[in-house]
Amino acid sequence: MDALPAHMRPERSFQGFILALQRFWAEQGCVILQPYDMEMGAGTFHPATTLRALGPKRWNAAYVQPSRRPKDGRYGENPNRMQHYYQFQVIMKPSPSNLQDLYLKSLAAIGIDSSLHDIRFVEDDWESPTLGAWGLGWECWCDGMEVSQFTYFQQVAGVECAPVAGELTYGLERLAMYVQGVDRVYDLNFNGRDGADKVTYGDVFLQAEQEYSRHNFEYADTTMLFEQFKMAEDACKKYLAAGWREGGNQKEHLMALPAYDQCIKASHVFNLLDARGVISVTERQSYIMRVRELAKACGDAWVHTEAGRAV
Amino acid sequence: MPDLLLELFSEEIPARMQAKAADDLRRMVTDKLVAEGLVYEGAKAFATPRRLALTVHGIPARQSDLKEERRGPRVGGPDAAIQGFLKATGLARIEDAKIQTDPKKGDFYIALIEKPGRATIEVLAEILPVIVRTFPWPKSMRWGERSAKSGSLSWVRPLHSIIATFGPETEEPDVVKFSVDGIEAGQTTFGHRFMAPAAISVRRFEDYEAKLKAAKVVLDPQARKDIILEDAKELAFAQGFELVEDQVLADEVAGLVEWPVALMGSFDKEFLSIPDEVIRATIRNNQKCFVVSDPKTGKLTNKFILTANIEATDGGKTIIAGNERVIRARLSDAKFFYDTDLKTKLEARLPKFDQIVFHEKLGTQAERIKRIERLAAEIAPLVGADVEKARRAAHLAKADLLTEVVGEFPELQGLMGKYYALAQGEDASVAAASEEHYKPQGPADRVPTDPASVAVALADKIDTLVGFWAINEKPTGSKDPYALRRAALGVIRLIVENALRVSILNVAISALGGLLDKRPREAIVDSQKLPSELLSFFADRLKVQLRDQGARHDLVDAVFSLGGQDDLLLVVRRVDALGKFLDTDDGKNLLAGTKRASNILAIEEKKDKRTFDGTPDAGLYNLPEERALASAINQVKSEAGAAVAKEDFASAMSAMAKLRPAVDAFFDKVKVNDDEPKVRENRLKLLNEIRAATRAVADFSKIEG
Repeated sequence: MDALPAHMRPERSFQGFILALQRFWAEQGCVILQPYDMEMGAGTFHPATTLRALGPKRWNAAYVQPSRRPKDGRYGENPNRMQHYYQFQVIMKPSPSNLQDLYLKSLAAIGIDSSLHDIRFVEDDWESPTLGAWGLGWECWCDGMEVSQFTYFQQVAGVECAPVAGELTYGLERLAMYVQGVDRVYDLNFNGRDGADKVTYGDVFLQAEQEYSRHNFEYADTTMLFEQFKMAEDACKKYLAAGWREGGNQKEHLMALPAYDQCIKASHVFNLLDARGVISVTERQSYIMRVRELAKACGDAWVHTEAGRAV
Repeated sequence: MPDLLLELFSEEIPARMQAKAADDLRRMVTDKLVAEGLVYEGAKAFATPRRLALTVHGIPARQSDLKEERRGPRVGGPDAAIQGFLKATGLARIEDAKIQTDPKKGDFYIALIEKPGRATIEVLAEILPVIVRTFPWPKSMRWGERSAKSGSLSWVRPLHSIIATFGPETEEPDVVKFSVDGIEAGQTTFGHRFMAPAAISVRRFEDYEAKLKAAKVVLDPQARKDIILEDAKELAFAQGFELVEDQVLADEVAGLVEWPVALMGSFDKEFLSIPDEVIRATIRNNQKCFVVSDPKTGKLTNKFILTANIEATDGGKTIIAGNERVIRARLSDAKFFYDTDLKTKLEARLPKFDQIVFHEKLGTQAERIKRIERLAAEIAPLVGADVEKARRAAHLAKADLLTEVVGEFPELQGLMGKYYALAQGEDASVAAASEEHYKPQGPADRVPTDPASVAVALADKIDTLVGFWAINEKPTGSKDPYALRRAALGVIRLIVENALRVSILNVAISALGGLLDKRPREAIVDSQKLPSELLSFFADRLKVQLRDQGARHDLVDAVFSLGGQDDLLLVVRRVDALGKFLDTDDGKNLLAGTKRASNILAIEEKKDKRTFDGTPDAGLYNLPEERALASAINQVKSEAGAAVAKEDFASAMSAMAKLRPAVDAFFDKVKVNDDEPKVRENRLKLLNEIRAATRAVADFSKIEG
């Protein structure tokens, strides 16, 4: 780390911060993936987590996932609430026995010294109704602030995890704000430079927050979105149905990934419709159920693919 | 005698589960020991965020030997029976069995089985892994490599190591040899996660506890809690403030740290414009920190106390600064919510209730609020409340459910309504009702006394009761999802403690009317029977309530059995007077006399298949005791009747006492079943009159004893 130039140090720059995490997890044997190229509400939706958590094969990966929560938009006026932010996601299957230690070391790698800070593991049971998933774990606190989510997946997409995967999710902006000592996310130093060369998080994202808040709450075309939800749902089912093959002595699936893309799509469209306030309380439940049914069917297909099934 | 030390070391156990887990561990291990014939001297269990520990001391080193005689087949019995006997008893040859002579049934074999007691350490090696595998965590999970296979261990969070040692105080104890899912029991544990993470080797409980302490782990949760509270008090006191004590929070925090370090932080004074309760809820619920008050004003001050899990190298400066940042952000959210809430009048929120379903079969919140308003206005005159104030109070009482602050902190419902009502200039009684109408929440909660609050509280609870009764969602057994028992008890306490005269039946009928007005009739089950069924639910609740206060439940029955008793205050007064009367000799004897009369009547009524109603014929009296009883009955009837009419139950009871000598004398001197049928009938009618007279105060036949 001594070799790092000042502008790349995790406590100076947002990008340096991300790179430090990537480097740390790369050293633990994770494949460092790039973000999935679709809109999603959380890093967990990335097939590298949702689908790869299933089946007996080893899988260690880490990646940044831009996450979209249309309802959380505040037109750029709230110091730390946004409709678009970054999650850093780590998944290790099977969960290594020293995962807590690895997590604490990762905090040290981004400048959080456990002899100065009060780090806690506070009970938090995780559940995603849309993904048909649950797990047990904690929210990790640093000096009273929740900075990560730590979960041992027990079930994903309706399938029991065997073996169990450990999942870590870091709220990157929040952690970086803490490390950089700023109170407003838009004041984060993005590139670690000073003076005229400095680029802030606001320079990169403030306008986007304003525009997307407007879009999400006021203008997103609901007729189109209702249609898109239906189309994605139908397409998902169609691809799933088309993917099944009788291969030798067991069933095989050949299109789990494309089908799952449509599930991701449906989930995001639902989130947009929800933000537009056009889904009533009772309908809301049924939309969540519909997405969950897609996720479960995709999970079932995945465990019949090359990467998802037993060797 | 030897001691057992057991420790189960894991990743962080949820705070709320620790106390019960420690208790379960102690119970399961000691129960098993006793079941194995191993009686121990004492046991104590502990929990920290990362470990469950148990010490059981004074366990015998071995089980005692067991000798048992087992009876076998008769001598010369079929070979299959003999082979089976040998197998069951472990005998090598039948010649090893004793032969017992039985003169009636013939000779048969007896096996003497000697079961030598096993070494306790072997027994432990058998029972401990079973306990670990069957431990009753509320929620448990699988983890790691082994979770690939079915049947892998489930624990609350990953289990890392087990200590199990057994041995006498003076010697080096032995490790109890067992393993669970690849974890070998041993004598190694680990200290504080950050301050002393190294492995520690321990022998028995005494050095275990001491070595943990040296490794910055306070094993006993009670000790951690004491440290937290004492240090917190001291920090507050040093600045001239007072800690706002919070036992529940202290228990929770004690479950979040192994080495508690109390630290004080502060926040900007401008946040003190938020109500104290909101500040406290923000700091407590979200940050698990204590708040601090200024004894001079009794109000909160701008300080808070956090409990860290480490002694930080900078003395806690960084930790305090971090917590202050989070609390600042939380309080600015809370202030924003509060300020936002203040911008909207409570009544302006009400239309939203049209969209919110209270219960699928009972309509929206808006409909419910209208019902409560109507009912509160109706009840108002009965409880001395101003009708318009009660109506207004009911109109606004639920509005705060839609405020930002209550959305964030549901436990502040009602209280926020009061603040917002006051802020918009409502009458003080109207504002208070927002908070008070939820009361009493339980047997220990305060009962409101302001008439407007009482009217709304009664209307709210009775509407709930009638509503759920109407759709047949009554409490059954231990299930009472809508807390209807609590609501009924609330009504009882409101009425009795405020000495209110309210006909529950009339109010219930009126509430039902309000419900039927809007709901389809078919949704309602049997609206005819509902009010009386609800009344008997109240009777049951009242019985429980009075019994808890030490009154006799049979007296409650004796009063309700009179029928038409829907004035709970009078019921309570009657029960009270009756109880006092029955404590006197007059009361006891009159009860005995009345019972005797009732018993004779019951027998004769059965015999003759008729009742003996009607006034006795004075011309048929031929003994002075008959005439005396008849005149006593008449006197008592009119005196007791007049006293009851004045609701003076004590006087009614004293009047009743006058009956006693006449009844005693009657039974002493008069033979009821006279040979002359007319005289007999007349005497039975007289007995019936005794029963009738006592019914002025209670149905004596329901009274026990």
